[in-house]
Amino acid sequence: MTDFKKITLDGLWKNNPATVQILGLCPLLAVSGSVVNALGLGLATMAVLASSNACVSLIRHYVTDAVRLPAFVMIIAALVTVIEMLMQAYTFELYEILGIFIPLIVTNCVVLGRADGFAAKNPVLPSFVDGAMMGLGFLIILLMLGALREILGQGTLFSNMQLLFGPAAQTWQITVFTDYKGFLFAVLPPGAFIGLGLIIAGKNVIDKRLKEAAKRKDAESPKASRRVRTTGNVA
Amino acid sequence: MALITVSSPHTTKKGNHTGAFMRQVIYATAPGLAALTWLFGYGTLLNVCFAVLVAVGCEALFLRARGRDVSFYLSDFSAVVTALLLALAMPPTSPWWLILIGTAFAIIIAKQLYGGLGMNPFNPAMVGYVLLLISFPVEMTRWIAPHEAPALSDSIQIFLGQTNVDAFSGATPLDTMRTWAGNAEQLSNQPILHGAFAGEGWEWVNAAFLLGGLYLMWRRIITWHIPAGVLAGLTAIALPFWLFDSVRFADPLFHLFSGAAMLGAFFIATDPVSAATSRNGRLIFGALIGVLVWVIRTFGGYPDAMAFAVLLMNLAAPTIDYYTQPRTYGHKAAHRGASK
Repeated sequence: MTDFKKITLDGLWKNNPATVQILGLCPLLAVSGSVVNALGLGLATMAVLASSNACVSLIRHYVTDAVRLPAFVMIIAALVTVIEMLMQAYTFELYEILGIFIPLIVTNCVVLGRADGFAAKNPVLPSFVDGAMMGLGFLIILLMLGALREILGQGTLFSNMQLLFGPAAQTWQITVFTDYKGFLFAVLPPGAFIGLGLIIAGKNVIDKRLKEAAKRKDAESPKASRRVRTTGNVA
Repeated sequence: MALITVSSPHTTKKGNHTGAFMRQVIYATAPGLAALTWLFGYGTLLNVCFAVLVAVGCEALFLRARGRDVSFYLSDFSAVVTALLLALAMPPTSPWWLILIGTAFAIIIAKQLYGGLGMNPFNPAMVGYVLLLISFPVEMTRWIAPHEAPALSDSIQIFLGQTNVDAFSGATPLDTMRTWAGNAEQLSNQPILHGAFAGEGWEWVNAAFLLGGLYLMWRRIITWHIPAGVLAGLTAIALPFWLFDSVRFADPLFHLFSGAAMLGAFFIATDPVSAATSRNGRLIFGALIGVLVWVIRTFGGYPDAMAFAVLLMNLAAPTIDYYTQPRTYGHKAAHRGASK
């Protein structure tokens, strides 16, 4: 299934919503202060993305172009409300911490972008996979940023995980630096901007290295002999 | 007869390169450094030495990583100047890790990641300073009471983070002014506010930086526009408010000779990379820094404001340059950006 492979690669790496499309920055920067916040919002966004993509794909033949955006937004808003109520019911403390950023998933450009850019033109299953993979790509970056900021800001990792996984997760906290004074900068918004900038830079470096390696491999492999052309377009 | 075939700028003067200019800046900070050491002990000297080491190390590391000629770029002394200005602005009670974080951030993030000298939109030293100020407000506002300088051994212990600093620390004139603004009786009872002509001790630090700044102007390293703008802007806004209510607002002389006023006006705001470039632009740039310093000192959350003011105006410098482009020779009016 090369099609699904491509969708997966697009969502996680090549067209990652956070590092390539740079979409949905508001929640990405606002709630990435710790791993638990990042995971909570990331999972919520991922669930909304996958289900909204599937729903939009289902109705794609019945909505005219003129009213498609309002229709998509209605679907997304309904799904976000469902997620919000679920979080309110099962992870109330986390729901309180994330606050306004859960309803704001409606305005996350990634969700509407994938609905209009992919789900409106593709069958249900690929649309669902696309939503899930885009959501996963977003979640991974959110988690990396959350871990980075939690370690630098508070010197811990996985603190307060009980908010999401119940009381058993209380012992998951890893204290990376003992007797740490805290680095307020990493907790504040500028730390999120610089952290995301560094992650994007890291991705670009890896891409560049991969490209160079591919080029070198290409140059090393023997070419089929080609007659030298002296006229016409040389390809 | 030989015709000049090199590209502009056509200069025949020897030693007219970045490194020579930066060295002059380093020499010009000597009076200020001496005054800080005399009043507050050897802490500042230790800060400067360590910051220079860290800055040169980080610069070399990142020049190497970026594939640049390390010795060529190190010899422009810009990393040393950045470290020096940051260390001069830091409290003399700073432990080593504070200097390490600030200097490394200034050189790596604020300078090298933007593309090195000449490409940084913000003054690197002030970026490092602000990072530390918002992250470690307690350590960054802990100054020593003037003339109660700790001995060298104490300074070294403070630098290594082994001694409790509270025994030596005291409020600065700006702190005191913030605390007692509006209370006439308390204000007259605070000896630190009544030095020879401004805040006790700090007047000499600022006078020393003023001296160094005048030297820079005399050697034509900086033009008069930015310092004059800063000092005029600060005076222009402090004077009417002081005349209106001298209990609530400090007098202009106090503002001019407190905190980082002179260091900022002559050494920090005049950074040729991040400041405005046209003459009128530099005057406006400086004046707005002066106004911002007064506003933040009087109404803001931190006692001193030079770093915030300089960074905010760095952000505005391109806009100022856009509107103050001088008329070019042969044109009737100045062209403004992409208009027409």
